[in-house]
Amino acid sequence: MTTRPILLKGGRLLDPSTQRDGVGDLLIVDGRIAAIGGNIAGPDGAETIDCTGRVVAPGLVDVHVHLREPGREDVETIATGAAAAAAGGFTSVVAMPNTTPVTDNQAAVGFVVQKGKQAGMARVFPYGAISVGQRGEQLAEMGEMVAAGAVAFSDDGRPVSTAHMMRTALEYARTFDVVVAEHCEDMSLAHGGAMNEGRMSAKLGLKGIPDEAEEIDVIRCILLARRTGGKLHLCHMSTKGSVALIRWAKQQGIAVTAEVCSHHISLTEDAVDGYNTNAKMNPPLRTAEDVEALQQAVKDGTIEVLATDHAPHHYDEKEREFPDAPNGIVGLETALGINIAYLVEPGIISLSTLIDRMSCAPAKIFKLPGGTLVTNGVADITVFDPKAPWVVDPTQFKSKGRNTPYGGHTLTGRADATIVDGRVVFRRP
Amino acid sequence: MTLSLGKDLLGLAALSAEQIRYILDTAEPFKEISERQIKKVPTLRGMTVVNLFFEPSTRTRISFEFAEKRLSADTVNVASSGSSVSKGETLVDTARNLEAMRIDMVVIRHASSGAAQFLAERIESNVINAGDGMHEHPTQGLLDLLTLRDKLGDLAGRRVCLVGDVLHSRVARSNIAGLTKLGADVAVCGPRSLLPNGVEDLGVTVFDRIEEAIEWAEALNILRLQLERMTAGYIPSLREYNRVFGVTRERLERAPRDILILHPGPMNRGVEIDSDVADGPHSVILHQVTNGVAIRMAVLYLLAGARPEAGTEKGV
Repeated sequence: MTTRPILLKGGRLLDPSTQRDGVGDLLIVDGRIAAIGGNIAGPDGAETIDCTGRVVAPGLVDVHVHLREPGREDVETIATGAAAAAAGGFTSVVAMPNTTPVTDNQAAVGFVVQKGKQAGMARVFPYGAISVGQRGEQLAEMGEMVAAGAVAFSDDGRPVSTAHMMRTALEYARTFDVVVAEHCEDMSLAHGGAMNEGRMSAKLGLKGIPDEAEEIDVIRCILLARRTGGKLHLCHMSTKGSVALIRWAKQQGIAVTAEVCSHHISLTEDAVDGYNTNAKMNPPLRTAEDVEALQQAVKDGTIEVLATDHAPHHYDEKEREFPDAPNGIVGLETALGINIAYLVEPGIISLSTLIDRMSCAPAKIFKLPGGTLVTNGVADITVFDPKAPWVVDPTQFKSKGRNTPYGGHTLTGRADATIVDGRVVFRRP
Repeated sequence: MTLSLGKDLLGLAALSAEQIRYILDTAEPFKEISERQIKKVPTLRGMTVVNLFFEPSTRTRISFEFAEKRLSADTVNVASSGSSVSKGETLVDTARNLEAMRIDMVVIRHASSGAAQFLAERIESNVINAGDGMHEHPTQGLLDLLTLRDKLGDLAGRRVCLVGDVLHSRVARSNIAGLTKLGADVAVCGPRSLLPNGVEDLGVTVFDRIEEAIEWAEALNILRLQLERMTAGYIPSLREYNRVFGVTRERLERAPRDILILHPGPMNRGVEIDSDVADGPHSVILHQVTNGVAIRMAVLYLLAGARPEAGTEKGV
């Protein structure tokens, strides 16, 4: 089946991977970019999308989402998560394996791949679990899972239990040249913690999670990456200290990449005041000093990936006493607007750098399709208005999750059209 | 009424110095009621108060119940065991069901910090926090303030030290908030493993040695050391705790002045406080308990006054 050609007319073609930045047209035929730049006359029957005043960029890629299927289809499914991703401008997402049951074998990986294809929205790629059941006792069958479609491995939701298990995972994954992604947390330090340890936790009487709970695991993994030569990816960095450790690792030539979530570059622990469970996440929101260090790390490339850690929860689960509420917020439909409002608008990074951190870099690190606009390349493209202010209304989300601290906030910029494999999977009405 | 407390009493951190003084002043005439032969006034007649205790409590629950009864309110006690809470009902559902039976106030004790505020934002009734997790225990803080004021007069510039497990103590947080607002100099003393990281940001001095605290203070408020802190690894043993931080007669005798001794109870005699200190001449521990009833009467009265329909029988 061939799809109708699409002509994106008059947009700002912005692709840091090819240093392209200029107004022009882009033609998509049969899922591929057929022509790019200048004034292109569309073939007969082409669907023309007026992109005047819009950015036309390689499709956004989110390497950290929780789609909850199988197990918690009441809070999200692969289909609703993929639709939320498309509405947020994402053409690919990588789904964490902490499902029920855990995605730790080839059949479970195949299930995610198949459900993603059926959804036909953003592409959905599975993470496989590092250890069987994410229990940290026995390495899961990485080779079988890679063959079934897993693109990376993680025990996210919790840290890899022991240094030995982490070392083995980094070594073993080298055969398949895939990323091992760590949720950095020293459980003995973080135990029972509900928010950042500091001024606000002292005030609210909540058990705090110190910076060191993250940083001790960051340096553990960095040193093991140095030892093993494995490809280490550090999930959701939240502290100034972690930034310093990653910077040091890169100076040493250690193969490490890192991501930061939109909430950690935009909110501080103050958002928890009043026991707001929609500001409860792990790692927790930290201080203004941490936010600034993370923003600078995105700017200088110490942290090369912006992610969401999209974590839908049921209303009833968040509507309860703070210590008992689950961690996490949804992020797919707010990430672009947050990142533009908090990184681009204040002049910390350019739109070009934003596209690199949200598309080119993650696509390259995880070896996913897209992340670049080249002739004959795959047509995964996001069209967005980088200047449009909009007010977040969680009731309008495609995600089943409504748990966001940004409800009522004004953000800047959102996707107008999301094109996956040459097909328009989302168009803002 | 210019100093209205609003709908709820959730913590002292949210109150102004004027509001705190107003509650203390209001408690003064209530002290006398409990000394009468007939300990009852009609102030809250016709009002229904639910005591919702999700954690075990003797002193606080009974103190509230006396306060309610002496003001002629109708009271109901709900404990988590033996109620629908043990069947998995959520806090909000429990409270909304009670509210559907037309109640006026809820007094809540709960193990989670923020539980009282959570409830207050979701029901119409007045909510009084009787202790939420490690957050606040405002009526305890107020009765401590009243006791200190009875003995020391104006608290501005007076030196009060909280001793012990500040980290897990809602009593400590309410005391720190209340005392600093009234202008007292506040210190804490305890093993660093039981002090919150960043406690200095709450506006207090930290003493690492109990001897230093005793030399400095005019009053010590000695916090209960929860026995489970030892098994959780915060301190090596109760014996060593008593050796290093216990408030003993020997230590107090070396003080340059008489020191008032407060304790919110229940006491671990021989751990954080020795018996001859608890029962000694400068102990005001039972005075605190007496004041607790007056403070709770004052709080109930003031919150009821915030309800327009309860404006008929305010006379004490």
